[in-house]
Amino acid sequence: MKIKLKIKRFNPEKDSKPWWGEYEVDVEPTDRVLDALHQVKWFQDGTFNLRRSCAHGVCGSDAVRINGQNKLACKVLMQDIVKKDDDTVTVEPILGLKVIKDLIVDMEPFFAHYRSVMPFFVNDEPAPADGRERLQSIVDRERYDQGTKCILCAACTTSCPSFWSNEEYVGPAAVVQAHRFIFDSRDRAAAERLEVLNQQRGVWRCRTAFNCTNACPREIPITQLIGEIKQTLATGEIK
Amino acid sequence: MTQHHQFDAVIVGAGGAGLMAALHASKTANVAVVTKLYPTRSHTGAAQGGIAAALGNMEPDSWEWHAYDTIKGGDYLVDQDAAEFMAKDAIDAVLELEHMGLPFDRTPEGKIEQRRFGGHTANYGEKPVMRACKAADRTGHMILQTLYQNCIKQKVNFFNEYFVTDIIVQDNVCRGIVAINVADSEVHVFHAKAVMIASGGFGKMFKVSSNAHTLTGDPVAAIYRRGLPLEDMEFFQFHPTGIYKLGILLSEAARGEGAIFINDKGERFMERYMPTLKDLAPRDICSRYIYEEVRAGRGIGGKDYVYMDFRPEVINKHKSGPGGKEVTREHLEKALPDIIEFARVYLGVDPMTQPVPIQPTAHYAMGGIPTDVDGCVLADNNKIVSGLYAAGECACVSVHGANRLGTNSLVDIVVFGRRGGKHLAAYCKSANFAPLPASAANDTIGEFDRIRASKGTERAANIRNDMQNLMTNYVGVFRNGPDMQKAVDGIRELKKRFKNLKVDDTGKIFNTDVLESFELGCLLDLAEVTAAAALNRTETRGGHAREDYDKRDDVNWLNHSMAYRTDGKGDVAVTDCSIRFEKKPVVITKYQPKERKY
Repeated sequence: MKIKLKIKRFNPEKDSKPWWGEYEVDVEPTDRVLDALHQVKWFQDGTFNLRRSCAHGVCGSDAVRINGQNKLACKVLMQDIVKKDDDTVTVEPILGLKVIKDLIVDMEPFFAHYRSVMPFFVNDEPAPADGRERLQSIVDRERYDQGTKCILCAACTTSCPSFWSNEEYVGPAAVVQAHRFIFDSRDRAAAERLEVLNQQRGVWRCRTAFNCTNACPREIPITQLIGEIKQTLATGEIK
Repeated sequence: MTQHHQFDAVIVGAGGAGLMAALHASKTANVAVVTKLYPTRSHTGAAQGGIAAALGNMEPDSWEWHAYDTIKGGDYLVDQDAAEFMAKDAIDAVLELEHMGLPFDRTPEGKIEQRRFGGHTANYGEKPVMRACKAADRTGHMILQTLYQNCIKQKVNFFNEYFVTDIIVQDNVCRGIVAINVADSEVHVFHAKAVMIASGGFGKMFKVSSNAHTLTGDPVAAIYRRGLPLEDMEFFQFHPTGIYKLGILLSEAARGEGAIFINDKGERFMERYMPTLKDLAPRDICSRYIYEEVRAGRGIGGKDYVYMDFRPEVINKHKSGPGGKEVTREHLEKALPDIIEFARVYLGVDPMTQPVPIQPTAHYAMGGIPTDVDGCVLADNNKIVSGLYAAGECACVSVHGANRLGTNSLVDIVVFGRRGGKHLAAYCKSANFAPLPASAANDTIGEFDRIRASKGTERAANIRNDMQNLMTNYVGVFRNGPDMQKAVDGIRELKKRFKNLKVDDTGKIFNTDVLESFELGCLLDLAEVTAAAALNRTETRGGHAREDYDKRDDVNWLNHSMAYRTDGKGDVAVTDCSIRFEKKPVVITKYQPKERKY
């Protein structure tokens, strides 16, 4: 199929404002959007830029807006979004983070929010005397499983209207990361993390729009996890 | 303007090996981790099935069995002392990961759950053993996340999206690195007492590969370009179960859970070749027999692929589940969620109701930068380069020999990342900063200015495609002299074309046009060494299967190969000279080479 790729372009060294580049590319129905973007970069215009690495949805580098929805470019196949010759696909950078060049945005505010929720295991009690693993039941392990799937691609946070309107909001990805530890029976820092999430920039900024859940390429029920944090804050009980 | 930094140690790469080293080294040393990606983008995160350690949580196991399996799996090219260190340290390293918070799956008693994997056996080859500690089929993701989380906790310094171009070694002493900040193309010189290279693999030299686009081996090429040797580069692992045509990996964990190979006749053909382990034979063997089936016309529909089948009813019919026990769809979906999704997304195939088309995919470099068991880089067969370390896939200890066992890559990164990190920290305590050579960054600046100004006619992507085709067609699962000669000659031609590059982007901000061109040059050097080393080794061993020398030759080839550039130069540009090979003895402790049967 010969399709049209409309890509939002911006080069701060040349452009005063973003513009739409239009490219004709020849694609197989099973090609990824990433393959089509590579065709542009490799064979039509080497100045075009994007981040990518693994190309199969696990590294989280290539979250972009495809036809208005946040997706990983390597996880959307052409056959899912185009039907025939001359169909158009639009690709833009994710929203809410400063565009550095073309599809590349400044990820630093996103990672700063991530770091702010203590996204690491805390347990200063001595490990078992025999040096073996801390025991954890299958049920306790299952309790925080969803959050462990997160690849920090930012598709959720940059689809969130609350984040768009206030960049101080830690955003859904950071809440997911906090959830992963708060509900881990081995961890001991739930109270500190909940305190962060109870602040103005915390979990109460969520308006339950469900955009994050829809955007997540790892199918994490993010809105539900955020709800569990809200409930924990309301009841003071970690369940 | 070139910018200067000074740290006790610089770690190049932020995958499992680099982060593990950083956590240990930064306890006492001032460490910077320099990575061309964001740390969580590293390809450790793509590892799926598990990390081996003889915890014995499911059934009796011992680290000696693990060491033996590793040595036999590597077709006796493994340095046996190193394999013993690795298997012994693996237990403690996995428990350390658990103590860092890693969410392993659990047994009913609450211990770390383990599964079977290819080539891992009980009692020296008797039967498969459950040794792979796992977190569903995203074990590597969990390791990468856990290590990065702990780096945040420990406030490790990161230079994200800094592209390393050169390793500064003078008079056999490492003095630092040169890197380019991707954001603005500024050149940065990092002056350090010690450097660890933990940059991962370079599988993008092949067309069908499980590797990330960014796995181009730049620091490995830098080592070679500076006149240091690369070891056992002819040994590249082709993983039997890549998604047909795409090469995306479907974990061996599937076969651990009971998946089997099926040919066009519906036959479980591995039973015929390897009666004891069958589909759980090591990867080199499975890949070879898949292509034997294809050559015999028994590929699916006569084509160049076979099926991996893990429909629950098929596993139960063949009693191929763990311990011959029944498996359910619910269990498989929980144990293998990601690879089931990959098959659904990229093939439109639902593995719970359909067999999955697979073909071998270039996966892992057994060879790389030679090191000792503490990660110290070797300048020749014996001499160490002071202050220079390597760990993980970029290194060759050698614990994988001629063929790596599944899960041992994750073992390698945590065990040798840790050993190297500790050794490096101790070294930093006693060592002084060796002076930097004058204008350390000049070679990098010159080469990048040259590439940025290239106004030739060759697109890097075309040269890359040609290289990948040469390597996949001529230096793949089966190899022969004339074909490999074509690959070597072809790559030398591509190097000439590389001098005539057409580069579009002349800017400074995120100029990946220039960086990808530089990466291509690195791959060209490493592909040439790989093809030439393969041509040089006139035997069949592990992942190196030659049609014209189809037997293992322990008389002439029970040794590692060391590849050196021959022109006496040392710079950061693509090499233009022949390669010299030397042999290095294999360390044998107690396992004499035997014929490899499973």
